[in-house]
Amino acid sequence: MSCSRRDLLKNTFKATLASTLPLSAFKMLSPAQVKASVGDANVRWVFLVDTQKCVGCGLCVKACKNENEVPYDPPITRTWVERYVLMKNGQSHIESPFGGRDGYTDTSIHENEIPADQIAKGFFVSKLCNQCKKPACVQVCPVGATYQTLDGVVLVDRKWCIGCGYCIMACPYGMRFFHPVHKVAEKCTFCYHRIIKGMKTACVQNCPFEARLIGNLKDPNDPVTKIIMNQRVSVLKDEYGTKPQVYYIGLDTNVR
Amino acid sequence: MKNHVLRPLFVVIIGVALLLVVRHFMVPADFGVQEGGNFTYNFHRLSNVEDWKNFKVKYRGREYCQECHEENAASILDSPHEVIQCENCHGPAIDHPDNPETLAIDTSRAQCLRCHTYLPYPTSQRSELPGIDPQDHNPGENCVDCHNPHNPDLENM
Amino acid sequence: MSVENIVAQGGEHLAVHGLEWTTKELFTYPNEFIYWSIQIVMYPYMTGLVAGAFVLSSLYHVFGQQDLKNMARFSLVFSLALLPVAMMPLQFHLQQPLRGINVMFTPHFTSAIAAFGIVFSTYAVIVLSEIWFVYRQFFVDQVNTLKGKEGAKDRIMYYLYIVLTLGAFDTSDEAVAKDKKAVKILAAIGIPIACFLHGYAGFIFGSVKANALWMSPLMPVIFIMSAIVSGIALCMLTYIIIMEWKKWSTIIAKGKGDESVKMLAGAELDVITKTSRYLLGFLVAAITLELLDLIFRGYTAMKSWDILRSVMYGKDFINIFLLQYTLGNLVPFIMLLVPGLTIRRVFFALIFVLFGVFMMRWNVVIGGQAFSLSFAGYMHYHLPIIPHSMETFKEGLFGAMTVAATPFVLFYFINKVTPSLEYK
Ligand code: HEC
Ligand code: HEC
Ligand code: HEC
Ligand code: HEC
Repeated sequence: MSCSRRDLLKNTFKATLASTLPLSAFKMLSPAQVKASVGDANVRWVFLVDTQKCVGCGLCVKACKNENEVPYDPPITRTWVERYVLMKNGQSHIESPFGGRDGYTDTSIHENEIPADQIAKGFFVSKLCNQCKKPACVQVCPVGATYQTLDGVVLVDRKWCIGCGYCIMACPYGMRFFHPVHKVAEKCTFCYHRIIKGMKTACVQNCPFEARLIGNLKDPNDPVTKIIMNQRVSVLKDEYGTKPQVYYIGLDTNVR
Repeated sequence: MKNHVLRPLFVVIIGVALLLVVRHFMVPADFGVQEGGNFTYNFHRLSNVEDWKNFKVKYRGREYCQECHEENAASILDSPHEVIQCENCHGPAIDHPDNPETLAIDTSRAQCLRCHTYLPYPTSQRSELPGIDPQDHNPGENCVDCHNPHNPDLENM
Repeated sequence: MSVENIVAQGGEHLAVHGLEWTTKELFTYPNEFIYWSIQIVMYPYMTGLVAGAFVLSSLYHVFGQQDLKNMARFSLVFSLALLPVAMMPLQFHLQQPLRGINVMFTPHFTSAIAAFGIVFSTYAVIVLSEIWFVYRQFFVDQVNTLKGKEGAKDRIMYYLYIVLTLGAFDTSDEAVAKDKKAVKILAAIGIPIACFLHGYAGFIFGSVKANALWMSPLMPVIFIMSAIVSGIALCMLTYIIIMEWKKWSTIIAKGKGDESVKMLAGAELDVITKTSRYLLGFLVAAITLELLDLIFRGYTAMKSWDILRSVMYGKDFINIFLLQYTLGNLVPFIMLLVPGLTIRRVFFALIFVLFGVFMMRWNVVIGGQAFSLSFAGYMHYHLPIIPHSMETFKEGLFGAMTVAATPFVLFYFINKVTPSLEYK
């Protein structure tokens, strides 16, 4: 070999620099994001869903499926949008066909035509993994294939999961499912590969109406943290004690 | 002959030892509890976090498109559609223009109806979007034949 | 979205686990399917049989029930044959069957399934050692008889038995007495472990807080009781079949009026009457606990009660109240209680009991997934019958029947090495 060790080092250094430059040159990482990228425990990712703003276009679901390689047509999904139509007589109509991936383009629900003048409330609620502080799904994994990162995101190790389905059973929110290709438990990761690079999750980025936001709860200046701290927010199904970390604005008692 | 009663126990001990040896080779070296974490929630193959971090980013955002498709970006940013990301209508960029070389152009009605089908929901922003009844509003024709998706302002029609 | 679209997408060939056998009604979350299907029904059922069979064999070894001597040998060896079958449904069910061993490699003890792996292995070790002590003398005898014999089969068996003795050839009275004592101790330790093993299966379900039907501290106890019921019932049933077989062969050999036939019949009825009293006791305990659970849920009427009630009293009424409680519990209870017990009546009562316990497992596992986590919709399970893929075989009727048949096949082979029916 004619290449000396010093050359090798130099070249490696150059190559590394060259490959990282374009990315870092255009992006200013906030201190929180830098900390997150090294797995710092001073970051706690949380999510905020504003149901008042959601119009049910389903672009978040579409983006999520494409971004995270969740097969597009099978009826499983990491995130979804539910439609609630509550009638003046107290009756409720709830649905989420294909997770609302193609939006809601019809006034009828479950093949029932809904008379417009009878509607008391109608709204959309989007759902995604609550990245619980005390995730029941992680507690029951027999092999340590699913876990919580120090910045609060629950991930699944696709190389170690045995596919027993216990985590799917343990999740009170029905977030988990089996990936049809990898044949292991699958779930929302808050787009971990994006947030640690300082980007928004695919669903947040592609929501035109800012109905979805992601932030760092441990950063008091984060706009999401400010809303969670200063406004009236709620979470889903807190009775299970899993301490969910997706906060909602404008929930209704009918929301499941 | 000495006491034979313990023999099954020896077999068990050999079995356990064997299992431990196999385990040593089969279990990744970095399997364990993450520093600063606990056994209940942070017990895993530590390098798996890296696997997830290296997952491919596919949606690049409007700023990226702007670099090359200035005109479209400028047009849409100055229109009622400024809130909509390019990739919502054209699909994820991934490594475009290297791979794929071009992005899809979807002119179907479904593309627009996600937002523009009128739904009479009093408590939702949906009813405040400019809405049409797909059955009545020029059925059978593509919306983009009449409306410019990058600048749908009715005054520019 | 148009209807054609949905149909076209439903026909997509990527297999979504659960989609095949689940139909949904009203509002369910998109990812909800019947993920735990027939194999998870088989799993506690088979584990229950293992535990029950072992407990029965221990009645002889620990409490010295002499009339159970042959029965004890049989049920011990049979519980060995059942052992791997308790694991089999889990293997069939795993999406990554080859990684099943990870449970032993990196057990995550906050999970009931991880600890189950350890408890199960401990139990397996106890059963195996007990069998070794019971049969050690026989192994040594075999080595001595087969020594020097020509023929491939004899040579193989010779070496097999040598390995099986583990090098302990001592058959002095002293050594054999030690064997007996070891058997007694192991059988005694085995009883609580067998119960623990099965209580654990109950814990796996009872600790799932997300599931309104499963979540109950009574679940492990209910599972233990019904396990013992099913185990005793299966052993009694097999005992009856074996005794009838003996009776018939005696009749053929010696004629119907022979004294020994009457003796056999008398002894059989005696054992069965005695054992059926234990069975009745455990049956009462099991039913009481299940009813307590039901009444408690109805009385406290938590948020989930509305949907639970609609499942129990509506969708699953036949499965729960007719098949499980009436046919599986009440009918055999009365049959066993009415005086003047006959073998034929016990025989049918036992079949009903076994069926009732199976239905109980079914109603827990499938019934627990019959309603959505949203409490606003239902899911229906359609057992795949004709398999058209690996998945529909594994998690279908044929997969379940494979599991149910395996112990008998295994028993056939194990019984060649450790004869439990003829050797006395
Ligand atoms: C590095 C420059 C570059 C960037 C960045 C880029 N494109 Fe392109 N794009 C191209 C080129 C080159 C073509 C091919 C033009 C052609 O074939 O006419 C193209 C084609 C397209 C087409 C198809 C045009 C047609 O007429 O068929 C669409 C749609 C498109 N790009 C959308 C996007 C979107 C959306 C983004 C942002 C996510 C984006 N592009 C980012 C260079 C770029
Ligand atoms: C509301 C959906 C929508 C959005 C948002 C959108 N486009 Fe388009 N785009 C279309 C449609 C539909 C066409 C096809 C127009 C036609 O055939 O008349 C198109 C065509 C194009 C083309 C090729 C032909 C042309 O008109 O130049 C390019 C390039 C393009 N878009 C880029 C972009 C970029 C870049 C953005 C983001 C800044 C963007 N589009 C945002 C719907 C959209
Ligand atoms: C993500 C939702 C969304 C999608 C998809 C969408 N639009 Fe829009 N559209 C909007 C919003 C928001 C406005 C602006 C409303 C306002 O100004 O209050 C708008 C405005 C319009 C207007 C102007 C209405 C007016 O009163 O000025 C037209 C026309 C229009 N869109 C056509 C289209 C067409 C054609 C498509 C498909 C290529 C499409 N839109 C796709 C959200 C959407
Ligand atoms: C034949 C041409 C044509 C087609 C095709 C067409 N539109 Fe229009 N659209 C119009 C005209 C003209 C207007 C303005 C007059 C009006 O309000 O009816 C309009 C108005 C609208 C408005 C504004 C309504 C309001 O009350 O503010 C929306 C939104 C809209 N169209 C969306 C669509 C969508 C979505 C499609 C495709 C499903 C579509 N259009 C197809 C011609 C068309």
